[in-house]
Amino acid sequence: MTIAPDKSTEIVVPEGHVKLVIDGLEVVAPKGELLIRTAERLGIVIPRFCDHPLLDPAGACRQCLVEVEMGGRPMPKPQASCTMTVADGMVVKTQLTSPVADKAQQGVMELLLINHPLDCPICDKGGECPLQNQALAHGRTDSRFHEHKRTFPKPIPISTQVLLDRERCVLCQRCTRFSAQIAGDPFIELLERGSQQQVGVAEEKPFQSYFSGNTIQICPVGALTSAAYRFRARPFDLVSTPSVCEHCSSGCAERTDWRRGKVQRKLAGDDPEVNEEWICDKGRFAFRYATSDDRFTRPMVRDAASGELRESSWTEALQIAAAGLAEARDAFGVGVLTGGRLTVEDAYAYSKFARIALRTNDIDFRARPHSQEELEFLTSHVVGTSPENGVTFKGIEAAPAALLVAFEPEEEAPIVFLRLRKAARNKKTKVFHLGQFTSPAVEKTFGTLLACVPGGEPAALNALPEHASDVVDELSKPGAVILVGERAAEIPGAFTAVAKLAERTGAKVAWIPRRAGERGALAVGATPNLLPGGRLVSDAAARTEVERTWGVEEGSIPAKPGRDTNGILMALANGELDGLVVGGVDPFDLPDPELAEQALSAAAFVVSLELRPSAVTAHANVVLPIAPAVEKSGSYLNWEGRRREFGTTLEGTGALPDCRVLDTLGVEMDADLFTQTPAAAAADLARLGDNVADASAPNVAAPLLSPPKDGQAVLATWRRLIDNGSMQDGEPHLAGTARPVVAKVSAATAEHLGVELGGEITVSTVRGSVTLPVEADDLPDGVVWVPTNSGDVKVRNLAAGHGSVVKVTGGKA
Amino acid sequence: MANPLTPVLTKRWTEPRSWTIETYERTDGYTALRKALKAHPDQLIQQCKDSGLRGRGGAGFPTGMKWGFIPQGDGKPHYLVINADEGEPGTCKDIPLMMADPHSLIEGIIITSYAIRANFAAIYVRGEVLHCIRRLNAAVREAYAKGYLGRNILDSGFDLDVVVHAGAGAYICGEETALLDSLEGRRGQPRLKPPFPATAGLYAAPTVVNNVETIASVPFIVNGGADWFREMGRERSPGPKIFSLSGHVTRPGQYEAPMGTTLRELLDMAGGMKDGIPLKFWTPGGSSTPLFTAEHLDVPLDFEGAAEAGSMLGTTALQIFNETVSVPWAVMKWTEFYKHESCGKCTPCREGTYWLVQILQRMVRGEGTAGDIDTLLDVCDNILGRSFCALGDGAVSPITSGIKYFKDEFLALCDQNSKALAGANA
Repeated sequence: MTIAPDKSTEIVVPEGHVKLVIDGLEVVAPKGELLIRTAERLGIVIPRFCDHPLLDPAGACRQCLVEVEMGGRPMPKPQASCTMTVADGMVVKTQLTSPVADKAQQGVMELLLINHPLDCPICDKGGECPLQNQALAHGRTDSRFHEHKRTFPKPIPISTQVLLDRERCVLCQRCTRFSAQIAGDPFIELLERGSQQQVGVAEEKPFQSYFSGNTIQICPVGALTSAAYRFRARPFDLVSTPSVCEHCSSGCAERTDWRRGKVQRKLAGDDPEVNEEWICDKGRFAFRYATSDDRFTRPMVRDAASGELRESSWTEALQIAAAGLAEARDAFGVGVLTGGRLTVEDAYAYSKFARIALRTNDIDFRARPHSQEELEFLTSHVVGTSPENGVTFKGIEAAPAALLVAFEPEEEAPIVFLRLRKAARNKKTKVFHLGQFTSPAVEKTFGTLLACVPGGEPAALNALPEHASDVVDELSKPGAVILVGERAAEIPGAFTAVAKLAERTGAKVAWIPRRAGERGALAVGATPNLLPGGRLVSDAAARTEVERTWGVEEGSIPAKPGRDTNGILMALANGELDGLVVGGVDPFDLPDPELAEQALSAAAFVVSLELRPSAVTAHANVVLPIAPAVEKSGSYLNWEGRRREFGTTLEGTGALPDCRVLDTLGVEMDADLFTQTPAAAAADLARLGDNVADASAPNVAAPLLSPPKDGQAVLATWRRLIDNGSMQDGEPHLAGTARPVVAKVSAATAEHLGVELGGEITVSTVRGSVTLPVEADDLPDGVVWVPTNSGDVKVRNLAAGHGSVVKVTGGKA
Repeated sequence: MANPLTPVLTKRWTEPRSWTIETYERTDGYTALRKALKAHPDQLIQQCKDSGLRGRGGAGFPTGMKWGFIPQGDGKPHYLVINADEGEPGTCKDIPLMMADPHSLIEGIIITSYAIRANFAAIYVRGEVLHCIRRLNAAVREAYAKGYLGRNILDSGFDLDVVVHAGAGAYICGEETALLDSLEGRRGQPRLKPPFPATAGLYAAPTVVNNVETIASVPFIVNGGADWFREMGRERSPGPKIFSLSGHVTRPGQYEAPMGTTLRELLDMAGGMKDGIPLKFWTPGGSSTPLFTAEHLDVPLDFEGAAEAGSMLGTTALQIFNETVSVPWAVMKWTEFYKHESCGKCTPCREGTYWLVQILQRMVRGEGTAGDIDTLLDVCDNILGRSFCALGDGAVSPITSGIKYFKDEFLALCDQNSKALAGANA
């Protein structure tokens, strides 16, 4: 038998590709690919330090040298495979086949180690250190260095959360390149030269970046370490669990590392569709809230005699809760406030509990300023969108233009900000910010500010064709996107104008809320007007479909849309509602905390499902402890509508997810939720499926704005990423990197109001006042900006918000 | 050739107040410019190619070819940057040239800018030479006043602005991409190539970076023609060259002679070795070029001649050492320089120079071992060709060539009793 040469084994080189040989293996690679990646695809790992797939090539460490032959002629020097791109006919020999490359790599490794301290036994990186690993794989067995090592004082804090050990640094520049290229926060830079070269910060200018934790993660040695994690664990003693960030609506993939039942740290997971390999510092560091001393571990009931909460058994607590809720339901009814931080499964349990146990549509997840217009917009434009038909992270990256409306990406959804910056930096995406001043995000997305007075956003949007037709032209290009933030709910007419602009330009719209649970809560009908899957409460057929799937009596779901958050609170305060089930809501986040206080006081019966004490606790008749994100499984729906599922990180803590607690409570009330576990809840929800109703876009006319009177200004306000949020509790290192609490006004406004710039300003309403330092910025005249919930500034306590008219005076009140 | 001296670039240096525009104009100054502005820019590039002019900064890249790399009609601004960051140890030609005859550089800049279609040129001068910077600034002001710079130069419709930029004294900024970074206001560290400056140089626009002596040669080529230029020097390295002689010679200084002149000829001009003490070793082109010894007195000093003899022409900075000097000591001092000047970007140069210095210092203290010589050579091997830019390559030249020719001296240092070698305690 003869064997004919098999033609089919000949490698076909597709268009835009080249063929080369690495270590004797033929390989086809796309043009422009770096040699180090092509080799990696073949399973040939070339050691490296400075190389990182998401950073621009540097070629600084020289660890990845290989021998290269072009057109049959060997190049005279070994080449850095992290900077050289593939070419047709190239012949590459790595350390595996080339003694020259192997010696070059060993030589560089020896040089990297001569000044590296031998403190691996006390180094946080020890055990997961690329230098350690690669020195074993590609280094010499002993050192020929008998001289003096370079020393530096160590470690030095370059911010409250990042510590720098310059002795360990191999000067690969990953951290400085990340900060300059990805985050756009070049607070760290190389200083000095030669062997004295070091990473450093400018005097009095610490590493105040929302993304600084990523530099710790990508540092290939132990030069940058986390103040919070320092000396906490050895990597090989940690158990790593894939997880999803519970903070903002981006839904970043994370890795949670824990030991002995305690989370030690969080790292960015690798998800090219969502967060690539980055997370913000809040997502990385803000997890200690779940282990704070004041966490509820036992159910509590209010003692009839003393009027105080006392610990009880689950049985007792659930029975009292069930009886109290049933009584209130049968009197004037019970409302449900769920907050924006629930998983899809937990939110679904609340939604179902409200409908079948409480027989009401009085449920709303919006624990923040909200409006009917917003609800209509969410119903017509948001619910049911998914990565298949809506805006995605990748869509942003590919967009020719993006218009941001009432959305401060770096503060509200930092990973969206990183994508916008990447798009603008690499693909020249035009980014327009409809806001009040040139925030850092405007600069770092190379953006254009379209400035308007708070409340003037709809007018500005409607006038775009007239005054900024270039913006309309850009938004009319295929793939353009409009991103609208939750602040739009504070601006009458904003959602209407966004919908109109989208219709006119064809741009896709995405709603990017701040909280991880809002998109999921919307999808499962934790709203007064929607049932799960985008079905309208007012649609009889939809109600019947839900009732049949749930196996409840037809006609049992009320046909009338319920009250929204404000409506529920007013009804409680006025005695039109009797009871309240409240889960994960901080009354001080609500548009009017005083109204919330009145409502809670007036409510006959309050059941609080909570992790830790809040202002609700004092009014709760029953407190049911629930599990934090790491102690349960579930999923979030991120702003793209992408399901971000995660498993339980810490098993067996005894903490129960909301859906389980509600399921049991339901049983006590003769209502079967079938949400005993998140998996059961998800399966029950899946049985319903989506059936998104056609709904018309909101149509709210923007009110005419009257200019503020003397001594007054229009308030612009939004929340900062790192602020007083209760999920950042217990993390002082993170808190130290919060941006300074200042007010901003234009220089002309300052002069007009008699405010001394650099001095203090007092902002007041009938409810009270707050005094804070003030600085000038490029705001429209007659506008004052303050952070919503930072330091002593708690705008909601003034019953104020974005667009409120406030009294402004210089100095203290 | 009866008189080996060919004063071309240096012809005005002995004139009274040679640096003024009056002297310059009196001695044919700005005549080449008038000629050049009548020509098509491409003709000037071709003439430069024909002349065979090669870069005088050390690498010897053909200048006309470099100009030809600038993409034309690309709609981007083009820039000319003059590398006047003369820092190579022993080199002293650009600064004297700018002191004595700054207008020859400026005229060369105008002609070159016209040829490559640049409307902005920068002269990056080493920051330490304050007097020279003042002279250059004065000359630029004079040229503006006379209409040689600014808008519509000599009614040609050509505009050019020239800026004199003072560096901050970093050797690395003589590396052209580090120079560009420094000129842009960043830390001076070499850039990744490609892209090369010809496509993405200063502010990412097409840029020519040329040495002072190269550009100062241009007016002479325009006036004298390519053939005249080729009459001097050798076939592949034509033209005159300023040799800087320093060290143990009777009359150190700048000697302009055709390319290919030997050290023996240059020593004759310079009055021979100082005090008659015999020559021991010398550098043909600064400390980054491997050492030569007395054996190499007749090596023709042009790009090919120096390379064939195992070194490089470099900047034709001839540092000449007599027999009183210890080679290991000299090598140590040079290595200290490289350690001090390594920019720190890449591992081999940053860490390697740090290590080499310590070994050499220990050897010179008399605490070395024969094994140290092997370590030195192996570390040099791990730096040469592994560094990001040529600084690392230059740093190992004195060591490897020093050991090549004078290994006995290194070995002698390893003997505990040899501390008293000449120069070792200097």
